[in-house]
Amino acid sequence: METHMFLTVAQSGIFLSFLSATVPLLFLRQPYLLVRISFLLLGLSGIAAAWAGGMILLTNQAEQMVLPIGLPWLHVALRFDPLSGFFFFIVGFVTFTAACYGPAYLREHIGGPHPIGTLTFFTGLFVGGMLLVLLAADAFSFMIAWELMSVASYFLVAYQHDKAGNRSAAFIYLLMAVIGGAFILLAYGVLAGFGDSFSFAAMAAAHLSPTWATIAFLLAFIGFGMKAGIVPLHVWLPQAHPVAPSHISALMSGVMLKVAIYGFIRFVYSLLGVIHWQWGVLVLLIGAASALLGVLYALMQHDLKRLLAYHSVENIGIIYIGLGLSMIFHATGHMEVAALALIAALYHCLNHALFKSLLFFGAGAVLQQSRQHDMEKMGGLIRRMPVTAACFLVGCISISALPPFNGFASEWLTYQAALQGPLLRSGILGAIIPIAAAMLALTGALATACFVKVYGVIFLGLPRSSQVIEAQEASFGIQFAQGLLALCCLIFGIFPTWVVSTINVIAVNLLHTGLARVAGDGWLWLTPIGKQTASYGALSILFGLGASWLIVYFLLHPPRRDNQIRIAPAWDCGFGPLTPRMQYTASAFVMPIRRIFSFVWFIFEKVEPAHQGKGPRFFLQINDWVWVFIYLPIGKLILKLAKRAALIQGGNLRVYLSYSFFTLLFLLWVIV
Amino acid sequence: MTDWIFAIVQTLCVVLFAPFMAGWIKWLKCRLQNRQGAAPWQPYRDLLRLSRKQVVLAETASPLFRAAPYIVFSVTVVAASIVPIFSVQMPTAALADVIVLVGFLALTRFFLSLAGMDIGTAFGGMGSSREVTISSLAEPALLMAFFTLAMNASSTNLSTVVSHLAQSQFILYPSLIFSSMGFILVALAETGRIPIDNPATHLELTMIHEAMILEYSGRHLALMEWAAMLKLTLYTVLIANFIIPWGVAMTLAPQALAIGVLSITGKLLVLGCLLAVAETVQAKMRLFRAPHFLGLAFILSLLGMMSHIVLEVR
Repeated sequence: METHMFLTVAQSGIFLSFLSATVPLLFLRQPYLLVRISFLLLGLSGIAAAWAGGMILLTNQAEQMVLPIGLPWLHVALRFDPLSGFFFFIVGFVTFTAACYGPAYLREHIGGPHPIGTLTFFTGLFVGGMLLVLLAADAFSFMIAWELMSVASYFLVAYQHDKAGNRSAAFIYLLMAVIGGAFILLAYGVLAGFGDSFSFAAMAAAHLSPTWATIAFLLAFIGFGMKAGIVPLHVWLPQAHPVAPSHISALMSGVMLKVAIYGFIRFVYSLLGVIHWQWGVLVLLIGAASALLGVLYALMQHDLKRLLAYHSVENIGIIYIGLGLSMIFHATGHMEVAALALIAALYHCLNHALFKSLLFFGAGAVLQQSRQHDMEKMGGLIRRMPVTAACFLVGCISISALPPFNGFASEWLTYQAALQGPLLRSGILGAIIPIAAAMLALTGALATACFVKVYGVIFLGLPRSSQVIEAQEASFGIQFAQGLLALCCLIFGIFPTWVVSTINVIAVNLLHTGLARVAGDGWLWLTPIGKQTASYGALSILFGLGASWLIVYFLLHPPRRDNQIRIAPAWDCGFGPLTPRMQYTASAFVMPIRRIFSFVWFIFEKVEPAHQGKGPRFFLQINDWVWVFIYLPIGKLILKLAKRAALIQGGNLRVYLSYSFFTLLFLLWVIV
Repeated sequence: MTDWIFAIVQTLCVVLFAPFMAGWIKWLKCRLQNRQGAAPWQPYRDLLRLSRKQVVLAETASPLFRAAPYIVFSVTVVAASIVPIFSVQMPTAALADVIVLVGFLALTRFFLSLAGMDIGTAFGGMGSSREVTISSLAEPALLMAFFTLAMNASSTNLSTVVSHLAQSQFILYPSLIFSSMGFILVALAETGRIPIDNPATHLELTMIHEAMILEYSGRHLALMEWAAMLKLTLYTVLIANFIIPWGVAMTLAPQALAIGVLSITGKLLVLGCLLAVAETVQAKMRLFRAPHFLGLAFILSLLGMMSHIVLEVR
């Protein structure tokens, strides 16, 4: 008798999230109670999901089950293996922190123009849908869960629908989700056609000709890429993420994009099985382009949440770089390096979920307190919100891939995989991999620049508007969620060996090869290839930093009382007091970068000279090149075609009836 | 155990030597420009004086402003501890490889630029903005140059790389030539030397590093200055040990070690002379010419890497 212990817990996690969607609707009249119950259930669902996922990963089991529901000839098949478990853990953990964060964050929405019940209902469905995607073991239930996730998140994006901008963002999101869903459906269709069944097991067993396999791969790449937000399919992301409430943004950016990555990994590694190196090159190049363009676009944004959304594009790009490397090495038979690159990509998924949720939570706290979306009106928040500022700093360091935090560990592994490029002995690949590594290096450096801007403009300096002066520290739930994530960023950064040896199980399952010696030299050292080749001891580094800090502190700190620190006004060069307007603004800060990389953006810049008592004015508009040159023309073309097609709308009932008549005739002719 | 003690002693040596290096370059420059010049050990006096002075903090300074000098200095010291200086036999090199070294340098820059923006004056933001712009172009070039060396030695461990370079037969590989040239250009930019930044200037139109630390005083300023000197020394050591690695000790035997100490000291002094000459004969660039300079560095490093993969991998 098979046991289904972890699968049962995982199912109960899904069940709890659906409960958190429905049960609170009984308490629509008592919004405080509604929020409490809903987030309590959501938090429990998160704990259950994280526990089940973590356990199945640690014990390296696979459990499956067929539920007696669904179509008569196709029951819903579920399968819970380490790959699903890993993503289950990510979704569950971030959901748990969002459940801690949500009640405090929503307090001010209660009694507002938008009913809270709508939000909690769709949040529960959204989380349940994501978890179900990870369990699905046949294309049919996968697609249902996938669409549940997409549609529920559409309603979350459209939650504050009184603003026209929000409605159009939600519409674009829905449109791209539907198109992406169609691509995924077609990709499964190709596999189902060869496997004669919708179940993943049959699809994996199917033998495809290289042409059909490539077609299926391209369809899946576009479909999942649209949800993951790779360039040039990323345009919905910076529009939809800033619009949703912040804990939803964290879930969408930190977790939903990872579900798309899961779908891609599942499709390529376990369903297609045979991987061609050309696919890897495509994934690698698109990943590198996403990483670089994502960070460049992010640099120019002044809306904090939009900036973070562009950084999601960047990080998804980094994950795709890892996947692309893994696919190239897999196709050329270097399985151990393929495992290393896959582990780097998965590790980055986990890290990105942690620090991006942390940053979105911080952004939410800042927005709630300062009531400003625009970075140019913030400043000096470190004095007013010290806990949020400290956690946000951890997030900034992690996302900038600086040691010893978690973002660095996964990028380090990606670099190590890229450095194995000379193994390939092929001219083209040998030239592409270093270029991808160079793009990754440039991305990392620009991300650091961007987060210096973010942190410096928002938290440091002088406050730039009156609302910011009145900002206060956010309430306990918000601080707790951020603190927990910040702690995890540190822990997953200084114990990379433990994480890597855990994820190694997934690589073994998918590639039948893992890293031979992850912790061969003790748990202190991360030595993916060999100690002679590369090693990283994060904990020892942290220890070294602490020790040298303490030594310097005790050597330099004055023993006598007469040498105390004197607090004085900053030197203003004798020109009167310093004002906040004298500080560098966010636009000014990135102006040199804007000038150097000016070909990347579609920039509109105008200076209006002073006249008639008005001061000079400066206009600056920076648009996404992809949006202006690809999406707008497509939109225009579709409108034009629609106008042409509208000719058949005569408005006369007899005309419509004759249409039906001729259609019927045509169909009869076709069939008979 | 001896290894660890040796690594700590070696780190202490380079930390203590760094002010002399800065003073030596300054003294040489003065001499070349027909000025009297302060003695090479003047920086020691300056640091001692600063560390005794009272710290004056701006009213608007946050805790980050006070923590930053300690972070910047201790991270630079840890970075110094993983670089092979006298000998390649050091256990600390395994703690962190060349990618982590670049990460450390980025971490110091991150806090340095944040500290520049903390007070809320225009100068700090100006310095930080310029610093992140220049470093975001320089860092990838640096990483590419390091990658080329790492691929040559098929290891990113600094000790392994240096011992591979020192022990292998002397052949002028194109990859090493390109990446060395790229690395030298990056080193000039990252340590704030002419033609990118002028360490001697306090003119608002030109300063970068000095603008960020303008609001510091007392021991905080001493730490920031010392960290900058240490960074300069570190880059010089890296140039010395990567490009002219001969003489570096392979073991901890006294004789080999003595040769290692003497050779690295000699190399540092000579490289200091070259830097002083280079800074005397050329002028600082306009800020917006810097991208061309760094773009060249990036292309050279990338060329080095490509030529390694295309030409040298068998």
